[in-house]
Amino acid sequence: MRHTISILVENKFGVLARIAGLFSARGYNIISLSVSETLDPSISYLTMVVDTRDEKVLEQVKKQLNKLIDVITVTDFTKKDYIDRELMMIKVSCTAGDKAALESLAKKWGAGVTHCRGNTAIVEIVGDQEKLKKTLEEAKRFNIKELVRAGKIAMATGDLTPKSKTA
Amino acid sequence: MKMKGADILIECLKRENIGVIFGYPGGSVLPIFDSLYDAGLKFVLTRHEQAAAHAADGYARATGRPGVCLATSGPGATNLTTGLATAYMDSIPVVAITGQVKTSLIGNDAFQEADVTGITRSITKHNYLVKDVKDLALIIREAFWIASTGRPGPVLVDIPVDVQQQECEFVWPEQVCIRSYRPTLFGHPGQVKKAAKMISSARRPLIYAGGGVITSGAHNELRELAEKINAPVTWTLMGIGGFPATHKLSLGMLGMHGTAYANHAIMESDLIIAVGARFDDRVTGRIDVFAPSAKIIHIDIDPASISKNVKVDIPMVGDARNVLGQLLEELKSCPDTGEWLKTLDGWKKKYPMVYKESGRIKPQYVIEQIDAASKGKALISTEVGQNQMWAAQWYKYDYPRTFISSGGLGTMGFGFPAAMGVKVAYPERIVFDIAGDGSIQMNIQELATCVSNKINVKIAILNNGYLGMVRQWQELFYKRRYSHTALLNPDFVKLAKSYGAEGIRVTKKEEVRPAIEKAIEIDNVVMIDFRIEPEENVFPMVPAGEAINRMIGGMA
Repeated sequence: MRHTISILVENKFGVLARIAGLFSARGYNIISLSVSETLDPSISYLTMVVDTRDEKVLEQVKKQLNKLIDVITVTDFTKKDYIDRELMMIKVSCTAGDKAALESLAKKWGAGVTHCRGNTAIVEIVGDQEKLKKTLEEAKRFNIKELVRAGKIAMATGDLTPKSKTA
Repeated sequence: MKMKGADILIECLKRENIGVIFGYPGGSVLPIFDSLYDAGLKFVLTRHEQAAAHAADGYARATGRPGVCLATSGPGATNLTTGLATAYMDSIPVVAITGQVKTSLIGNDAFQEADVTGITRSITKHNYLVKDVKDLALIIREAFWIASTGRPGPVLVDIPVDVQQQECEFVWPEQVCIRSYRPTLFGHPGQVKKAAKMISSARRPLIYAGGGVITSGAHNELRELAEKINAPVTWTLMGIGGFPATHKLSLGMLGMHGTAYANHAIMESDLIIAVGARFDDRVTGRIDVFAPSAKIIHIDIDPASISKNVKVDIPMVGDARNVLGQLLEELKSCPDTGEWLKTLDGWKKKYPMVYKESGRIKPQYVIEQIDAASKGKALISTEVGQNQMWAAQWYKYDYPRTFISSGGLGTMGFGFPAAMGVKVAYPERIVFDIAGDGSIQMNIQELATCVSNKINVKIAILNNGYLGMVRQWQELFYKRRYSHTALLNPDFVKLAKSYGAEGIRVTKKEEVRPAIEKAIEIDNVVMIDFRIEPEENVFPMVPAGEAINRMIGGMA
């Protein structure tokens, strides 16, 4: 089962390696990862997606993540209401004739053609996994030259905010 | 006042009130050693960095205060790793200081460079690379704080040589506040209430005590609880000394080489009160049939230990001493355990701890005689293997911090350097390292450290000419195919003498006690070579993966 986990950490060197180490030591792959500063620049927000067949092992990993000195909070979104987004950039080759078709499709996707030079255009799309999957299918009618996706980011809905470690 | 990084480090160590540093010099720690030259801090020069780490660990286990070791970059630091992993597995507060190559050379494959924070990430509670001398004082303060609070553990501080030389204003941080590190110290009151109620209604309660009892100094509270509710107490290897072995409620150690009656008690109990223990596989045996009729109350400072191996009914996260205190206050009525204690007495008579005499020296007898000759007051460290199990089974430990042994990692070569750390902490006490002929050779170079610093440790080698525990498994489970377990050993008596220590060889039973008494009397390091029964086994024994009441050997 796929789990989306968010972790608030001290914004210091070495923290990511500690977190990644807990997964790699168990032979777990991290499917996606996104890290960036928060409003408070001394804290980073990290969202990761991991796949596990053994829920007990993941439970153990989460407890151990919490034990890391530089980890402030660990939240598993799996059984919570949350919104997640990914960013995808697609570079397609397009001739002058394709351009109108591409632009109308981009509009349908709620995407933007951010860059167009010569025979290539770059389209950027933000959405959840389902939307990106559909978009990608449709985009395949153009000649896709390159695809880049950012790691998923997630945020709980409502009042739920990450609590810091209990005193 | 402006100070150099190396001087700041030494000043911080003094303010942390450390008793001693165990270490070894090298290129990347020259500024630190220069500061040490006239610092007035006790320093013990070991002959191998691994021994420095184990000695710091032994010091910490014996005193409860953080042990400190110091090594240079690269090979110096990598030699510390076994010691750090040992301390990590057993939750021992150790602060390791390592030199690192110049900041500008890090990552360049410089001479004696190793990514030490990378290498030690999974075997330390936390580690630091100091990039700026201005951070040094706070980092040292945090290192000691993290090492010795919560579930303790080793912390490593890697200091590049240029940071040791840089100057800055020295500011001693009076307080440490780490927002992301706040160990839970007291049990949840609701949980404590529930636990007290569950204890009151139990009929066959059993206390299972681990290393957390020693760490938190909960031995008095543990004894009070046991006596109040009249419950028998069994303990893990790490819990030895947490409850008096000579107490009438004591069941001895449980698990793979535990007493038969302790293991039967686990299987028959209706309530297990686990205190500072983590249900290790060597304790539980086959996990799905462990304690089938028992509810489990689990007190532990580490939330990650709760329900890790065994499903727990009432977890209480907190310091063992605090939580036991809360529990004692909350206990209104106590269970009637008369029948249960009678059953246990029956098992004690039916399955006593025994060994068969033969014409040769029995290792169990040697341990009993060390106990008798030291009147049970010696501080015992062990190596790993049969020697460790015999030392755990046959010496009666009545006090905490008197049994010093590598439990989790099972590190051969630990006992002797650890004994050094113990003896430095308590120079007036009798300190014995119970060793095997295999293990002792893994850090035997420390004879030089002991002799030159007058650290008069006594070493009892239970010499059977084998890597005994592996041989035992080969005998029992691999059709006696003794693959690479027989040892051709040096003459240990001559070897001891060549280092300036005393050596005694014992080949007959009647020589055992006089040799031990002589060793205690001699004002020197003494190595006794006990030529024991070569194929003696440690019994009882639960084969790996079996239920813990399925014991073989002994009377079980």
